Amino acid sequence: MGRSIRRADNGRAKLYERIFVAMCIGAVLLPAITLLGLLLSLLSDGLPRLSWDFFTSFPSRKAELAGILPSAVGTLYLMALTAVIALPLGVGAAIYLEEYGRKRKLATIIEINIANLAGVPSVIYGLLGLGLFVRTLGMGRSLIAGACTLALLVLPVVVVASREALRTVPMGTREACLALGATRWQTIRQVVLPQSLPGVLTGCILAVSRAMGETAPLVLVGALSYVTFLPDGLDAPFSALPIQIFNWVSRPQPAFLVNAAAAIVVLLGMMLVLNAIAVVVRDRMQMKLGRPA
Amino acid sequence: MEAIAGVAGNTHDVSRSQFRGRAKKPSERVIEVLLVLSGLISVFTTAGILYTLAAETFAFFEHVSILEFVTSTEWTPLFADKHFGILPLVAGTVLTSGIAIAVALPFGLMAAIYLSEFAPSWARRALKPTLELLAGVPTIVYGYFALVFVTPLLQKVMPSLSGFNALSAGLVMGIMIIPMISSLSEDALASVSNSLREAAYGLGSTKLSAIFRVVVPAATSGVAASVILAASRAIGETMIVAIAAGQQPRFTLDPRVPIETMTTYIVQISMGDVPTGTVEYRTIFAVGSTLFLMTFVMNVFSQRLARKFRER
Repeated sequence: MGRSIRRADNGRAKLYERIFVAMCIGAVLLPAITLLGLLLSLLSDGLPRLSWDFFTSFPSRKAELAGILPSAVGTLYLMALTAVIALPLGVGAAIYLEEYGRKRKLATIIEINIANLAGVPSVIYGLLGLGLFVRTLGMGRSLIAGACTLALLVLPVVVVASREALRTVPMGTREACLALGATRWQTIRQVVLPQSLPGVLTGCILAVSRAMGETAPLVLVGALSYVTFLPDGLDAPFSALPIQIFNWVSRPQPAFLVNAAAAIVVLLGMMLVLNAIAVVVRDRMQMKLGRPA
Repeated sequence: MEAIAGVAGNTHDVSRSQFRGRAKKPSERVIEVLLVLSGLISVFTTAGILYTLAAETFAFFEHVSILEFVTSTEWTPLFADKHFGILPLVAGTVLTSGIAIAVALPFGLMAAIYLSEFAPSWARRALKPTLELLAGVPTIVYGYFALVFVTPLLQKVMPSLSGFNALSAGLVMGIMIIPMISSLSEDALASVSNSLREAAYGLGSTKLSAIFRVVVPAATSGVAASVILAASRAIGETMIVAIAAGQQPRFTLDPRVPIETMTTYIVQISMGDVPTGTVEYRTIFAVGSTLFLMTFVMNVFSQRLARKFRER
């Protein structure tokens, strides 16, 4: 009797387990399916709108004449500037923390700061940009103010990725170099950095790709949604793709929603290209270094 | 090439003791100072955030009493009859974030249990990058999705649903934060020692009861850390709610009507032309301070909990 009961229980337990696993798989698939549905609906709404004119036109009150030229150019400038600012600062901070700062009090303080900054909402960075760069430092509602704000926002990403890359270089490599008489900085510049470069660059590209989609900080710094000129300097007013998308999404006419979908396709396309570059860079360089990809 | 022999050794820990006291090359010092400075940028950033928020917030409270700010249920700083009660904005924020967590907690936890306890390694290899992809989609895209796709869909089932509402913004935000909960929770579940699972099996429990009575309880602090972190992200999330949840500060927990979150208010004001130095301008910093405080406390709490399970 005991045996039969146990067997029945076992059968039921197996059934419950199967049901539960099926539910779990559903839970994992829900976000994936949502993502797929999102992409499909974007492509079906936006792709037909993508014409050459859409890329070369300025915004307009008429949805079918409006284009993304100033906002796309603004985004490209912004990303270049953000990378130029965030890359040296982030890699420098990572080198300090990994190569110089071990067990120093200052390094611990910096680490705690970076961990906390990573959790600060991006709209708060916008307030910082507005109060510090736009007003206090007098940069105005300019390209450079936007780039500085975005650079601070993605700095934690660059630092974390660069530290991980630096950590993959074996201690023995550093010691060998030092034993040959190189100074600490010579070791870092000629041995450690070249070896960790694939990881560092990948991290930076991913950081820029994250900055590319940020909207709220740029709204606060004062990016414009209706621009009839291209930025001609660091202090020029500017627009950016997410800002243009936000503006079009906020309008009631359906034709502008189609424009928004098309602009989102362009934005996601640019991010996809960046990520593909990151993958290629990493593989190429790892091959050069003679490590398996 | 710089002269190498003279400074050999004194720059590295291994042989530092032997050469202690010998001066470093000036160029090496300059570089070290530059590196320290770039590290200090993060400290300056924190200080900058605190200073900017605090300065404008104190100026704000010279005009508005703190008591009104935290107790009044009306938020009308742009009207002739001005009221500065932040509760409607807090209610909007809590409502959208609450809906998001209600979606993300069960789905995220189940996804984590599947990935850590059941999934074959090929499935894990395929699913984890897909989930990470979700986190890389700009939030403005989710906002578009909520407004153009989810709201019309929900309106077919709930005709009373307004075009801007907390429900669809919260649902989409919930899907967005599933990966945050699942990835950190999976780490927590995977860090539960196998001997605990074996002990449970040894006492005759089935796989399910081992998971729910032993593994998940043992990973509680990690799971809680992931949920708090995700909630903090939801509270600070801006574009989804700015696009899909409306811009009407309302002291309500009704998910069908337009509301306004703290983040939306900040964006709404900075899109208009509010002159510096006015009370209206300072409201966004006062609201920003409130938002910053809430997310900061949650992040610190989450980090504490996460450290607890990592130490084990």
